[in-house]
Amino acid sequence: MTARGEMTLEQPSADTLKVVLSGDWKLGGELPSAEKVQQALDNQPGVRQLVFDTRKLASWDTGLLTFLTNLNAFCLKQNLRLKSDGLPPGAKRLLELAAAVPEKKDARPAEERLSFLSYLGNETVNFFRSAGELLEFIGEAVIASQRLVRGQAQYRRADLGLILQAVGVQALPIVSLICFLVGLILAFIGAIQLKLFGAQIYVADLVGIAMVRLMAAIMTGIVMAGRTGGAFAAQLGTMQVNQEIDALKTTGISPMEFLVLPRMLALALMMPPLCLYANVMGILGGMVVGVGLLDIGFIEYYQETAKAVGLWNLGIGLFSGLVFGIIVALAGCMRGMQCGRSASAVGDAATSAVVTAIVGIIVSTAVITVLCNFLGI
Amino acid sequence: MRLSGTDAGAAPRESAVITGQEAHIKVQGLTMAYGDFVLMRDLTFTINRGDIFIVMGGSGCGKSTLMTILIGLKAPAQGKVFYGGEDFWGADQETRDRIIRRAGVMYQSGALWSSLTLAENIALPLEIYTDLRPAQVRKVVKLKLALVGMAGFEEFYPSEISGGMQKRAGIARAMALDPEILFFDEPSAGLDPVSARRLDDLILELRESLGTTMVVVTHEMASIFAIGSNSVFLDVSKRTMTATGNPNQLLAETKDPALRLFLTRGEHS
Repeated sequence: MTARGEMTLEQPSADTLKVVLSGDWKLGGELPSAEKVQQALDNQPGVRQLVFDTRKLASWDTGLLTFLTNLNAFCLKQNLRLKSDGLPPGAKRLLELAAAVPEKKDARPAEERLSFLSYLGNETVNFFRSAGELLEFIGEAVIASQRLVRGQAQYRRADLGLILQAVGVQALPIVSLICFLVGLILAFIGAIQLKLFGAQIYVADLVGIAMVRLMAAIMTGIVMAGRTGGAFAAQLGTMQVNQEIDALKTTGISPMEFLVLPRMLALALMMPPLCLYANVMGILGGMVVGVGLLDIGFIEYYQETAKAVGLWNLGIGLFSGLVFGIIVALAGCMRGMQCGRSASAVGDAATSAVVTAIVGIIVSTAVITVLCNFLGI
Repeated sequence: MRLSGTDAGAAPRESAVITGQEAHIKVQGLTMAYGDFVLMRDLTFTINRGDIFIVMGGSGCGKSTLMTILIGLKAPAQGKVFYGGEDFWGADQETRDRIIRRAGVMYQSGALWSSLTLAENIALPLEIYTDLRPAQVRKVVKLKLALVGMAGFEEFYPSEISGGMQKRAGIARAMALDPEILFFDEPSAGLDPVSARRLDDLILELRESLGTTMVVVTHEMASIFAIGSNSVFLDVSKRTMTATGNPNQLLAETKDPALRLFLTRGEHS
């Protein structure tokens, strides 16, 4: 049965209103509203004080307290006296406790409603600020790399080994699956078109050049952005939340050298071999379609691929892989180092790292493609 | 809550802070272990309704582990915990959930949900377990924050307030559903002496006003003597409890050197 609280109002004298409370004043039950008392007070302008009779009050909880705090606020506003003597001692004390520290009116952060132009202006400023931070981070990474070359960088070789393992060997299964399927898909799409001209054999050229020159590096880069870039951001972000990065700084160890450098180095070292491996898997995927569905001989497919794929293509692919590796590491580490101090900030940092890395990969692919075109390779 | 229970009768009655009368939590022959490693064994004590019960002991003795067992986060290796006569760990998960819903917990770091504002932190249990309308929830949130001296901070995120304020907001959240029992894990840890004292006063005031049973895990001497009405001492060297009772009384009467050393902060061994 729902708890029910009841209230009656009496006026024992011209300047006093008595609030008689009875029944169960419990949260979630049927409780009279404080507005009824306020209305009565408005109708009786001579009333200067409010008193309570709670002799018939059976039980109470927060339900009674919210009622009383509302009345208290109203009485303060109207300059009326609220006499709490008739209240249960516990409720009286809690009412005093709740009123002990006045509400900080200026504590709430102002909710800013920005006009479109202000919003646009803020976003533009933020964009340039982010670009500045990115350049600053890249600059610090370059300086740290120089110290590494000079053998002055502070980092643990054991950490580098573990990161190499995490970004290298442990990434092989997912890279295999993705690149094998991409090679397979490319071959299928090419086969449908080339079959119309009786030129199925050129499926080997299509898959070989596409995978070796571009697709293997891009797909591996995207896989590493999701798998490793996000993980870097989450690791460093959590360290930021736990003040571990502050501890490194105060110990005199550069977080850039100790945390970022090994990660960047590991990805830069591992991405070219991973791309090479991805090339093989992609070509295998294409070969399955070529040999299995298009009746091209295994040796014939191999020879056509070897003839089509030149060393320049391989070099461009591996160089792209190296660039993508550095981009993924920088994006992951930068977002991790910029992380806020809360759990949700870690999630935001991981998401932002993946997005930044993928955008970086696509933009750098465009730049590399234009450059190669310009150089005629 | 159960805040006052039954204020019936001819005159308004206080919420009946009854200490040393009715058992609220009974722990019988409890053994705490991590795998094969036994942390504490044979713990038997009673927490009475309205007690401010202190779980005390040196670092690493298992105070916080004991709390995790009492609030249902970790099962004991052996022994029983009774809530008002109900065998807590002998019951099914649903019953345990029902029992523990009557408790509120303030964790050492506040453990506020960082992606929610303070108002949302306190409102969440109310939205899940009550049928209150949003306007009523807002009023309750405002009241709970006012009780811990933080009125006006509704829209702040946990990362925007100090550690002491996070603890107080943690208490406000723990009190959201008017619990019968409040658990505090190291409430004074990391606070300056004045803030620690204020927190002690708040705990005392809430107990006096509401009659709530309080279980406080701490090794802060000032807090132990200021607020504790009952206690248990976990001796890390003997891997069991060696005393239970009012901390001031224990200090006056104990002959146990380890307990004396602990209660006098090593000054009178």
